Parts: sequence; C-alpha cells; structure tokens
Amino acid sequence: MTYKFLIPIIVVPVVQRKLGDVRLNELCVWLGQGLFLKNHNTWYYRKYIDVRRGGIGRISMLLTGYCVLCYIWNYPHLKKERWRKYH
Amino acid sequence: MMVSFFDQFASPSYLGIPLIAIAIALPWVLYPTPPARWINNRLITIQGWFINRFTNQLMLPLNVGGHKWALLLASLMIFLITINMLGLLPYTFTPTTQLSLNMGFAVPLWLATVIIGMRNQPTIALGHLLPEGTPIPLIPVLIIIETISLLIRPLALGVRLTANLTAGHLLIQLIATAVFVLLPMMPTVAILTAAVLFLLTLLEVAVAMIQAYVFVLLLSLYL
Repeated sequence: MTYKFLIPIIVVPVVQRKLGDVRLNELCVWLGQGLFLKNHNTWYYRKYIDVRRGGIGRISMLLTGYCVLCYIWNYPHLKKERWRKYH
Repeated sequence: MMVSFFDQFASPSYLGIPLIAIAIALPWVLYPTPPARWINNRLITIQGWFINRFTNQLMLPLNVGGHKWALLLASLMIFLITINMLGLLPYTFTPTTQLSLNMGFAVPLWLATVIIGMRNQPTIALGHLLPEGTPIPLIPVLIIIETISLLIRPLALGVRLTANLTAGHLLIQLIATAVFVLLPMMPTVAILTAAVLFLLTLLEVAVAMIQAYVFVLLLSLYL
C-alpha cells in the first residue's frame, strides 16, 4: 500500500539491457555498442548454457504443420470429394 | 466411389513439386543426432537405447561377417517405421504405399545378399538350394522349387510391404466414410467409430510390419 513508493529503481547500464527494456532515446547507444559487445563469447553461451529444452510442443507443431502442408498439397484433388459443390 | 478411394495413393504433385520428396526427407528431421558428449539428454539416451537393443536382436542369428550389415538394417528399420507412422496422420502421404519404392528397397538388398553368398562361399550358397535329408527321387523337383523361392523373395518383400500398408490405409478410409455416411442414423455410428479407432491402433502395427520386413531381409542373409 504505502510502501509501493519505496520500491527502488534498479539502474542497469544501457548496453546490457535487452531491446525491450531500452528507452527510445537510448536506442542509438544500444545499437552502437550492443552489437559490439555481443560478439565476444556468445557462441559458448549459446551452445552450452542457453540451451533450449525440447518439449512436446515443438514436435507437435512440426507434425501439425506437416499435415497442413499435405492438405494444401492435396487440395486440388480434395476439392472433388465434396458432397456439395457450393456450400 | 471406387475411383476416389484409390486416389489417395496417387503421388500428389503441386506446382510440379512432388510431395513424396518432402515425405521421404521428413524422418531425417525427427531424430536428433547425438552430440559429442559423455552423457546426453534423456531423449537421445532413450533413442540410443532403443536402437542398440534392436540392433542387438537383429544381429543375434548372424556371425561376425554379418555384423557389417548392422548400420544398413538399423537405419532401414527406423526409416520405414517413421515413414509408416507419419502416414497415419491425416492428409499425409505414405511413400511406402508405392510399389516402386518398396521394390527399390527389396531388389538391391536381396541381390546383394545373393551375390555376397555366391562370391564368398559358392558351394554353401548353392547347397542351401537343397534341404538336407530329402529322399533321392525328390531332388530335381526340390531344386527347382528352392530356386523359384529364392528368386521370388524380392518380389515378396516389396509386395508384402506395399500391400499391407495400402490395405490398411484403404480400410481406414472405407470405415471412416461409412461412419460419416451413417451419422444421421445414430446407433451404428458408435460401433463403427470404435472400429475405426481400434483399426488405427492396429495400424500402428505398421511397426510390426517393419519388423517383418527387416527380419525377412535378415533371414536371407546366409552370410
């Protein structure tokens, strides 16, 4: 209630923030120096530390996409199998 | 109606690109390759365990020389299982319903087993044509019969796979059509729907189909 105003504002340097946290007038600074900083050892982080967990969502999306693709592929033929010509 | 039932097996081609190309390439996407780590994640461990177990079973009847076939047979099994299971999804196309593809699998592999047998141990390979202990008058007939059975093996392998898969898909389509047509009239539907679901599960005996294929291929290895 009253202690809402006492929440400290944490100041993080501009270049270390993600794009969503950067304010508009700081955008140029971010772009200029953010790209530079990233190139150091991000490959290591990406390969060994930031690994994505596989789950059932990913493969089910793939299979659903495959079904949809096959439907689109077969559509000219499936058009003939309607029970009514005009719906 | 007869025409439209078999049309599901025509190789669909859109804008000149055949769907069969994607359908064949898809199994490669689905299995992760093990990275060079000491201990992998669970998925890769399970996959490796299955493949090892299956290959062990497959190599049991063979002597050491036959173990060269391990890679080929294991990958063939996984390929065929994946293709058949993917074909159970709606609207998808199963490449193994095409006789050309199955004969393309059967004939070269069978021919390889025969030629290897003939090159390395010609007398033993020819000796397989005549089972032991046959009465003497029967020998000529039996040799002819055994030769015919040898020559017909690739045809049997290819056609068996094609026919099983085609028949399964066709049955599913027939029963599903019957369910839809009978929907206005209630009670029969429930029974038929149950039959469709059961048949679908049974068609995951596509897996067993592949076992049969690879195992028969294995049996023809008199290496």
